[in-house]
Amino acid sequence: MKTTLTVNGRSHEVDHDTRRTLLDTLRDDLDLPGTKKGCDHGQCGACTVLVNGQRVNSCLCLTAMHDGDEVTTIEGIGSPERLSALQKAFVEKDGYQCGYCTPGQIMSATAMLKEMRDGAPSYVSDDLDAAELSDAEMAERMSGNLCRCSAYPLIREAIAMAAEVEK
Amino acid sequence: MTDRFTMDEPQPRLLDETGQGVIGTPMDRPDGPQKVSGTAGYTADHPAPEGMAHGYLVRATIARGKVLKIDREGAMGLEGVLDVITDPRMTRNPAQGMAGEAPVQPADAVHYHGQPIALVVASTFEAARDAAQRLSVEYETEDAAVSPGNTRDTEVDDPETAGDFDAAWDSSEVTVDLNYTTPSHAAAAMEPHAAVAQWNGDAVELRGSLQMVRFNKKELADSLGIDASQVRILSPFVGGGFGSKLGIGPEAVAAAIASQKLGRPVRVVMTRQNVFDMILRRSETAQHVRLGATRDGRITAISHDDRVSNLDEEGFAEPVSQASQFLYGADGLSFTQTVARIAATPAGSVRAPGEAVGMVAFEAAIDELADKLGMDPLDLRLKNLPEKHPMDGRPYSARRLADCLTEGAELFGWDARWEAGSRREGDWLIGMGMSSAARSNVLVKSAARVRLTGDRAIVETDMTDIGTGSYAILNQIAAEMLGLSPDRVEVRLGDSDLPGASGSGGSFGASSAGSATFLAAKKIRAEIARKIGCSEEALTLQKGRARGDNREADLSGLVTEEIVAEAEIEGGKTAESHFSSGFGAHFAEVAVNEWTGEVRVRRMLGVMSMGRILNEKTARSQALGGMIWGIGTALTEDMQSDSRDGHVVTRDLANYHVPSHADVPGDMQVVFLEERDDWANPIQTKGIGELGISGAGAAVINAISHASGHRIYDIPALPDRVISSFGVK
Ligand code: FES
Ligand code: FES
Repeated sequence: MKTTLTVNGRSHEVDHDTRRTLLDTLRDDLDLPGTKKGCDHGQCGACTVLVNGQRVNSCLCLTAMHDGDEVTTIEGIGSPERLSALQKAFVEKDGYQCGYCTPGQIMSATAMLKEMRDGAPSYVSDDLDAAELSDAEMAERMSGNLCRCSAYPLIREAIAMAAEVEK
Repeated sequence: MTDRFTMDEPQPRLLDETGQGVIGTPMDRPDGPQKVSGTAGYTADHPAPEGMAHGYLVRATIARGKVLKIDREGAMGLEGVLDVITDPRMTRNPAQGMAGEAPVQPADAVHYHGQPIALVVASTFEAARDAAQRLSVEYETEDAAVSPGNTRDTEVDDPETAGDFDAAWDSSEVTVDLNYTTPSHAAAAMEPHAAVAQWNGDAVELRGSLQMVRFNKKELADSLGIDASQVRILSPFVGGGFGSKLGIGPEAVAAAIASQKLGRPVRVVMTRQNVFDMILRRSETAQHVRLGATRDGRITAISHDDRVSNLDEEGFAEPVSQASQFLYGADGLSFTQTVARIAATPAGSVRAPGEAVGMVAFEAAIDELADKLGMDPLDLRLKNLPEKHPMDGRPYSARRLADCLTEGAELFGWDARWEAGSRREGDWLIGMGMSSAARSNVLVKSAARVRLTGDRAIVETDMTDIGTGSYAILNQIAAEMLGLSPDRVEVRLGDSDLPGASGSGGSFGASSAGSATFLAAKKIRAEIARKIGCSEEALTLQKGRARGDNREADLSGLVTEEIVAEAEIEGGKTAESHFSSGFGAHFAEVAVNEWTGEVRVRRMLGVMSMGRILNEKTARSQALGGMIWGIGTALTEDMQSDSRDGHVVTRDLANYHVPSHADVPGDMQVVFLEERDDWANPIQTKGIGELGISGAGAAVINAISHASGHRIYDIPALPDRVISSFGVK
């Protein structure tokens, strides 16, 4: 079957198996392997991308369900020559080790920072109307992104650093 | 020509003399921009070669027996299916680390539930998955024991002893006699095991996610029945290993067989569930620790016996008491290991095999002994540091354990520690715990080549970077030795056509491959000295300029023709004359919920002395990662199998709980104490990747006991266990 997707600003018509996930479409049909597969089950966050501006686990999305949607992947955030503030902060803080979970962490953090700006509260927010970007907020909101290398404290330092830069 | 060097004598500290100012600095990883932009090419990321087919592994669903029939015809009828492959060359499980030969090839025999028994190959991933899940298999089953507690097949090793433990134990004034259990652990690297195989005539090229390319090449060749010269392995980026990618895995062998049979490239990526079923786990342990002391706190007797498990024909046994044998001294020491043979996913190396679980029990027992003596656990440890290795009398090469303990205590605020069970904040009981850290250090044969043209250098070795920072530190070593800015150095790794290194394992990679790089660069220094006409000792290389005996020249003008140098290092007499190990101290503060039994780690500190630090940034990351693994060991990680057929029940990341962001506090500190280990290798380094975990879990477990006033013996400290430890209120 055929589905039309806009990925990182470019429109693609993909001809795919009905069982194809958005993750496999990105990686194998559109040659965008930056998005990673860690579990294919919605349990690790390595496959996080933005669909219409919201973070999702692309392994849990069937491509067929996303006709007309706008998808942003790590490749749409920045290239090695032109890194985003968040990507630069990950390099500077060593917010990774093997780097496999990293695209997912960065996509998730990109969306998370926007959720903060939009005033969305979380389970750990003391004030539901004015959540502050504390370490506890980041830890809570990033918990869908596992990192077995366990760069967690440095990932959060990187996010805090990028949030400062963007201010 | 390769220069060969054996580590027979302590080595001068050339890296302290060179003066380029790169070594040890917290340099960003050169591969960082690729990693953060999604352009680092892990195995399955490379554009599919023309005509690539997809393989999906099928697992056995019996504990032991034989495959009688696989419904190949039925599967072949499904759209897109190209083949259902069973082959006597397929492997039962990954090779153990550094095996260098094929793992067991069981043909149609089934040795454990989860064993790969076939590979379904199809033109799409979806078709392969569908056919694999539908594949009907007939078995003949046999009875087999699947848990270590009920197998009769056990091997009891001869005790390793020093002094007379029984006599020392009998005359001890104060004793503790304690039993602990720890469950199996999964390495659970975020990148599932993957392989893409492609044949060219009678040679195979394999892209794989592997830690030890030099060994993997031989293992793959042996599995396929071909010569190692017919195998090329590429593994430039590895999405985490932690021991799970030491040996060639079933996915790689199956991909190579399928590709050969079908005459097209084949990619096999394990599902997360395959990884839990088929990849070597850390063995569960049952541990018996007996400690005796005089009333004033001198340890007189140490015994640490354990029972671990493995599948038949696997030579590996989790070396549980490894660190217990050299941390503290006693009049009598005794260590006995029992290996239970069971039909279950085989066991192998997972980050810090031995220490990761052995030290949790041993250091908890030390804590309990301190309690019984009415001593501060810090003082008990400090009082019992031996002069020499207690088992064999070797002197320590470099050991700052006492400094780590005292400086750590001071930084952490240990002296403010209160009486156990006496501090609460609302429903939360607060406690502090500590542990020593130790992980023995080795040097493994390694070669590297360095090329210099003008002021540009290239380092080439089949060493891997599994997140450990090899790309950074090998760059720094070459840059420091050759007086270059790091951006003038390129590091090429993970290609079996390059000089063979130790690979990444046992925390020996940086020291071994780093020393080889150092020696190759040193050879280039000699050549440059010759060119400008000075002695090697008089040569200074800095900022792209060579100076010596009042002569100087820019490298760009001096080295117009490429200088190529290759060197190889291996361990020698210093390993016999001295005992080398990283040492440290871990401190943790936890909150334990009085009603739910939930444990929250609030802060941790690790103070470590691990020889020269090559890159302060990547070293810190390694240490932190290890400490967080300690949190997982203490609190959440618990691989469970069904007691009837041995199948792994917790076979995904929703059921096997690796620490997540929310489990890890922001306040995680690492402090390195300056050290040089001259007996270890010519760059004076020691392993880092595993010291962070060794003892970290014990610090958390001891903090829980301090918070609640009750001990935990079955690890991890799950909420129900914590609550039941409180007893009846
Ligand atoms: S791959 Fe999608 S959540 Fe793990
Ligand atoms: S960096 Fe390796 S899993 Fe996160």
